[in-house]
Amino acid sequence: MASVLVLYAHPAPHKSRINRRLAAAAREVEGVTFRDLYELYPDFLIDVEEEQRLLAEHDVIVLQHPFYWYSAPALVKEYLDLVLTYGWAYGEGGTALKGKIMLQAISAGGPEEVYGPQGRNRFTIRQLLAPFDQTAHLCGMRYLAPHVIHGANQLADAAGIQPHVQRFTRLLTALRDGTLPLEQAASAEKVNELIPN
Amino acid sequence: MHDSHFFLSAFIYLAAAVLLVPVAHRLGLGSVLGYLIGGALIGPFVLGWVGGSQGEEAMHFAEFGVVIMLFMIGLELEPARLWRMRGPIFGIGGMQVVFTSLAVMGIAMACGLEFKPAIATGMILALSSTAIVIQTLQEKALMRTDGGSDSFAVLLFQDISVIPMLAVFPLLAASGPTTEHHGWLQELPHWAQPLVTLSAVVAIVIAGQFMVPRGFAILAKTGLRELLTAAALLLIVGVALLMTQVGLSPALGAFVAGVVLAGSHYRHELESNLEPFKGLLLGLFFLAVGASLDFSVITSRPIVVGVLVLALIVLKAAVLFGIATLLRIRGSHRWLLALAIAQGGEFAFALLSMAMQQQILDAETSKLLVAVVALSMAVTPLLFIIYERVIAPRYTAVAKEERVADTIDEHAPVILAGFGRFGNFVGRFMMTQGVKVTVLESDPDHVDMLRAFGFKVFYGDATRMSLLHAAGIEHARLLIITLADEAKVAQLVAEVREKFPKLRIMARAHGYDQRFELMKLGLAAEDTVHEQMGSAQELAVRALRALGKPAYATERAARRWRRYDEETVHLLIPVQDDFDTYASIVRDRRTQLTQLFEKDRTELSTDADKGWEIARAEEK
Repeated sequence: MASVLVLYAHPAPHKSRINRRLAAAAREVEGVTFRDLYELYPDFLIDVEEEQRLLAEHDVIVLQHPFYWYSAPALVKEYLDLVLTYGWAYGEGGTALKGKIMLQAISAGGPEEVYGPQGRNRFTIRQLLAPFDQTAHLCGMRYLAPHVIHGANQLADAAGIQPHVQRFTRLLTALRDGTLPLEQAASAEKVNELIPN
Repeated sequence: MHDSHFFLSAFIYLAAAVLLVPVAHRLGLGSVLGYLIGGALIGPFVLGWVGGSQGEEAMHFAEFGVVIMLFMIGLELEPARLWRMRGPIFGIGGMQVVFTSLAVMGIAMACGLEFKPAIATGMILALSSTAIVIQTLQEKALMRTDGGSDSFAVLLFQDISVIPMLAVFPLLAASGPTTEHHGWLQELPHWAQPLVTLSAVVAIVIAGQFMVPRGFAILAKTGLRELLTAAALLLIVGVALLMTQVGLSPALGAFVAGVVLAGSHYRHELESNLEPFKGLLLGLFFLAVGASLDFSVITSRPIVVGVLVLALIVLKAAVLFGIATLLRIRGSHRWLLALAIAQGGEFAFALLSMAMQQQILDAETSKLLVAVVALSMAVTPLLFIIYERVIAPRYTAVAKEERVADTIDEHAPVILAGFGRFGNFVGRFMMTQGVKVTVLESDPDHVDMLRAFGFKVFYGDATRMSLLHAAGIEHARLLIITLADEAKVAQLVAEVREKFPKLRIMARAHGYDQRFELMKLGLAAEDTVHEQMGSAQELAVRALRALGKPAYATERAARRWRRYDEETVHLLIPVQDDFDTYASIVRDRRTQLTQLFEKDRTELSTDADKGWEIARAEEK
């Protein structure tokens, strides 16, 4: 059984409808360590040693956050800047993350069709996530396609969000139990359809 | 007064309460049933220690407890909230009184009573027991549920409707209206009577709004607490006297006075001063009700009495259940409303003796009805037990899911003790975040000034448990102490920790010593705050920026320094009494910290900021 670390980042959880519910579900999955970054570091003073210890302990790292300006909220960037240090995560002797799996679980306001060469966002989600992909790659991690929830603004009620919550739970369980087809997941546009029931 | 006789009665009443109430409480029956059983035991029909005319005297005296209770309920109900309750009061309350009166009348006529005695019986039995119901609702923390507040609305309407009932009774007398003159009001011309009554109520409102708070302010400045207690009692006795003079119910007048004073900052102080009187007098009242149970009536016709009690409760509950269904009140609330006020009430005793005097009812019938009403009151706590153990559990599973966002809780979740230079920053900011804070401040001048600025601040010494009770400490989630007097803070923390071990307490400390003292008393390190730390840090950061240091980096350094200092405090907790070790840890930590920042300056980065080194980043 693999150990899964969910790093959750939402600067305004009281305004969140989807991520809040996904986070609540993630907390309940056995074998998952859940970290609410904005709750832990309201002053952005990240405890680098502690975070490195946790990253080293886990096999799968999931960054769960809303998709802000085609990227992650500021604290996720701060986290990557400060925690993935030279000589630890990359560079000379930096092998702490080697062989681990990393993926993102994001919610985007726009529908699927606006992402891509024909859409108004011009790039696909995976193209926009390239910096994260490359970060994982430089650290020797295997980067998987993201879990994406589109049209987040239209999903108003609990009933509409529920299927997404269930799928996210299944994703975490599959990552834990090693039942996700990793080859396909690495090359897919998104991981959503690859999750076993 | 015969001294020895007075002491003997007082001894018997108090002994009955002290011995039986704890037993009833332990058995889960609630205090009211304990008092009633105690009263029945010492009453004329079991042990015969008290009772007869003297028992009635005790009952009349104890009714003042009901008056104080309604005053205190009024204190909790601001006019705006009362106005929001007008629907339930007149809707549910009005329907309950009318439908129950008619239903009882119909049954009474079917049993062979004439129209006039039948309608009188209907009105008498429509009333419920304000004292028993509210005491029990409060004891079981049901007062603020929908069912509890609707029950209260009905009781309020019943209290109002006693007035027209008293007026109608003489017209129902078998011998025609025997106009018995009570007092000077009836001697006035007819058009003047309602004017006098109305102006009495207006006088209460005006006095409560403008004069009473001023008076309390003057008394508060004397620093003599018993004067405030005396003034509070004087106020209620005065209102009760005025109300009886103009023919209104004293309880209703006291309620109005309470509502008027609900917005005053002396509210919690009044509550805490009156609480013991209310408790004792209500206890005495319940004892007297118990003692008035006429077992000779019950034992001579046990089946008739039993059937009548059962019929009364079932009928009243059915009417309320029907009204609740009609008004779409759902779930457990409908059951609570139906069961809570299904008994007869204390007003019935007064109305029954009046009905007997005016020969509307014969002596036998009214004695029977007194026994039925008293028994139905005695059964009420059992109905609550049925509600709690059988009905409510069936609904809680559903209710929990629905209750995510809304809290019915009327008490503020936070009590802030002290609203001086420190406390007012704490309170003001928390209020901007939409958190309700009950503020207690002991300087009357300061309270007046804060009131002038529009802050809702209550006068009182927060170190008194009774005031904290009045401020709703049992419902609070957090007590924040910002009092300047260190001895008072320690005393308050110790006392609250003992009585409410689960309540989280946060406190400001003047320095490290007081922080350690508070931690010794059981506060968590993160719940004690060094009062100068934040402001000193801010000044230092501004000073460094004035010298040209970069803003963000300096701000971060200050936060890290603060965290380091906090870690030092944790290291020092176990050795705080050992001065040598303490001093050596402080020295070591300071050297470490200097080295840490030294490294930061010379190597451009400490471990914590290593990732920001641009040279490294470019290698990526």
